[in-house]
Amino acid sequence: MRILVAVKRVPMTGGTIVLTPDARAIATQHLGFTISPHEECAVEEAVRLVEREGGESVVLTLGPPEAEEQLRDAMAVGIDRAIHLVTDEEEWDGQATAGAIVEAVRAEEASSGPFDLLLFGNESADAGGYQVGVRVAHALGLPCVTGLKGIEVRGRLVRCEQEVPGGRDVFEVPLPALLTVKEGLNLPRYPSVPGRMRARQRPIARHEPQRPPARLEKLRFVVPEGERKEAEILGRGPEAAPKVVELLDQLGLLR
Amino acid sequence: MSVLVLCERRSDGIDEPSLQALAFARALYPGTSVHALACGVAADEVAPLLGAYGVETLHVAEHEVFDTYAPHAVARAAVELAGRLRLHALLAGGSEQGNEVVARVGALLDLPFAANCVAAEAGPPLRVTRVRWGGSLLEEALLHAELALLTVAPHAVAAQETNDGPAAVERFAPALDDADLLVRVRERARAAGGGVTLADAKVVVSAGRGAGSAEGFAPVEELAALLGGAVGCSRAVTMAGWRPHTDQVGQTGTKIAPELYIACGISGATQHMAGCKGAKRILAINTDPDAPILESADYAVIGDLHDVVPAIAAAIRAARNEKAGAE
Ligand SMILES: Cc1cc2nc3c(=O)[nH]c(=O)nc-3n(C[C@H](O)[C@H](O)[C@H](O)COP(=O)(O)OP(=O)(O)OC[C@H]3O[C@@H](n4cnc5c(N)ncnc54)[C@H](O)[C@@H]3O)c2cc1C
Ligand SMILES: Nc1ncnc2c1ncn2[C@@H]1O[C@H](COP(=O)(O)O)[C@@H](O)[C@H]1O
Repeated sequence: MRILVAVKRVPMTGGTIVLTPDARAIATQHLGFTISPHEECAVEEAVRLVEREGGESVVLTLGPPEAEEQLRDAMAVGIDRAIHLVTDEEEWDGQATAGAIVEAVRAEEASSGPFDLLLFGNESADAGGYQVGVRVAHALGLPCVTGLKGIEVRGRLVRCEQEVPGGRDVFEVPLPALLTVKEGLNLPRYPSVPGRMRARQRPIARHEPQRPPARLEKLRFVVPEGERKEAEILGRGPEAAPKVVELLDQLGLLR
Repeated sequence: MSVLVLCERRSDGIDEPSLQALAFARALYPGTSVHALACGVAADEVAPLLGAYGVETLHVAEHEVFDTYAPHAVARAAVELAGRLRLHALLAGGSEQGNEVVARVGALLDLPFAANCVAAEAGPPLRVTRVRWGGSLLEEALLHAELALLTVAPHAVAAQETNDGPAAVERFAPALDDADLLVRVRERARAAGGGVTLADAKVVVSAGRGAGSAEGFAPVEELAALLGGAVGCSRAVTMAGWRPHTDQVGQTGTKIAPELYIACGISGATQHMAGCKGAKRILAINTDPDAPILESADYAVIGDLHDVVPAIAAAIRAARNEKAGAE
């Protein structure tokens, strides 16, 4: 099987989000970066499928030069090679992102043969656009099933499970297909030290796509005014237990 | 000009996010005629309901594929209908299904799509405020398109009844080819029922990295059981393999809305808090009096969860015994 996984570099914000002075980005000087959780599961699934079925896995990202870190992370857990669509720091909208990914996939398929499976996150952690995978699938003429927590390849068919209230909905589509997944699909492995060493040697193909004008044009970010609360301290240590029980009683939760 | 709202059916009518999207659409374009699209519904049951929420015309797409959920076919039907109506905007509720279907419409028409909007001002260009990071950040943006595609973040606005009579019904059979019919629910696997679900529980007791191990959850489970609640956890816990992902609260886990959320040994990262914005009250139990979670908690106990949680469980038992004795 040949599998492509699309991942996005996102900051690991902690307890509060701090913006840059122009409010067009998150201030990231003191933050680490990661792959979105949904996409970490996509990476893990690709590695498992290739371990089982043979073939090759390729990770792709569109992002600034520093996003190489996330490509190396994916290769450290077993992805074979990477494609980096290098951009400046400006974020691309969903349509532009999808367009560049489609071109890259076409070029890659022309040189190395078709992919059987393209794996995306259901939504990116930071933008939450809910669209890049769907757009790429449409442009490539592939069936697309979204939000999956179960994937099972059976020959040239793939059985897909979506979690819905009270159970799971099952879809079945032929390969090649594009699937978008959610965290909970699997438990991603941690990279090993030899894995990290190997990842440094693995190849990254770089391209610099041109950014089209944004059609969903970001003006600025606003941190929502959560009510900042002053928590009432009920006590310290186990001695606080009676106060907690009093509270539960007030709230009618003791019955 | 008019607006079209895609309405998602539910066993007993139309889902709440769709009704919220209707209210959003009417506020955005006051006086504009409101059309709704519903697939595979019994028109005579749905028309009075949607009429009461301000829908002038209900378009019902008919095809056997709509017996189940078939998102691509729904998007095709919406695109066909949009071609016949002169639309400012096409909206849906910001549910998983609403977002998926409108994304497909965006792909089919090659138009931009703004997911999970909380506010909008008519344009052109349409100006939207939308939710990012599962609700921890808002983005103001312009949508450059002749036809605006957007979904409405859940609970951004309340559903609003008007006093209108039933919607007029127009049925149509959308042209669908084999590729449009491919993506559809083939089978519904029902989970074995029973137990309080995390999403619906009145009390949720969660623990994070502070639990220290899978075994560290024993007192948390005990407290949850005593309160008839559900057990939750942070992502640090699921990544460590101490609990299944189904227990995870947060942006990439379950969104909860209990009367009381007891968060033990959880620091309060934005992505965790994105999952408990619906909690009425939060009680944090943490060794660190400066943990960020204390800024969103109503109550706190400073201490080691391994001591505090069993003490609370014991005190609940004692209080119940006392009550039973007094009766
Ligand atoms: C894109 C993205 C999505 C994410 N989605 C989610 C999500 O859905 N849900 C989620 O939870 N996280 C999510 N995360 C991870 C999140 O950023 C945090 O890393 C995570 O929530 C931290 O878990 P924690 O609070 O258990 O651990 P920590 O941050 O390590 O905090 C542990 C806390 O326990 C306290 N403590 C330690 N020992 C004890 C003790 N014995 N008794 C009492 N208190 C103690 C400490 O003081 C500290 O406050 C996401 C991250 C990213 C980047
Ligand atoms: N810049 C990017 N580079 C690679 N993949 C991306 C990028 N942005 C989004 N994606 C993929 O598309 C999915 C959906 O993104 P979105 O439409 O922004 O919610 C993500 O989970 C990723 O798999």
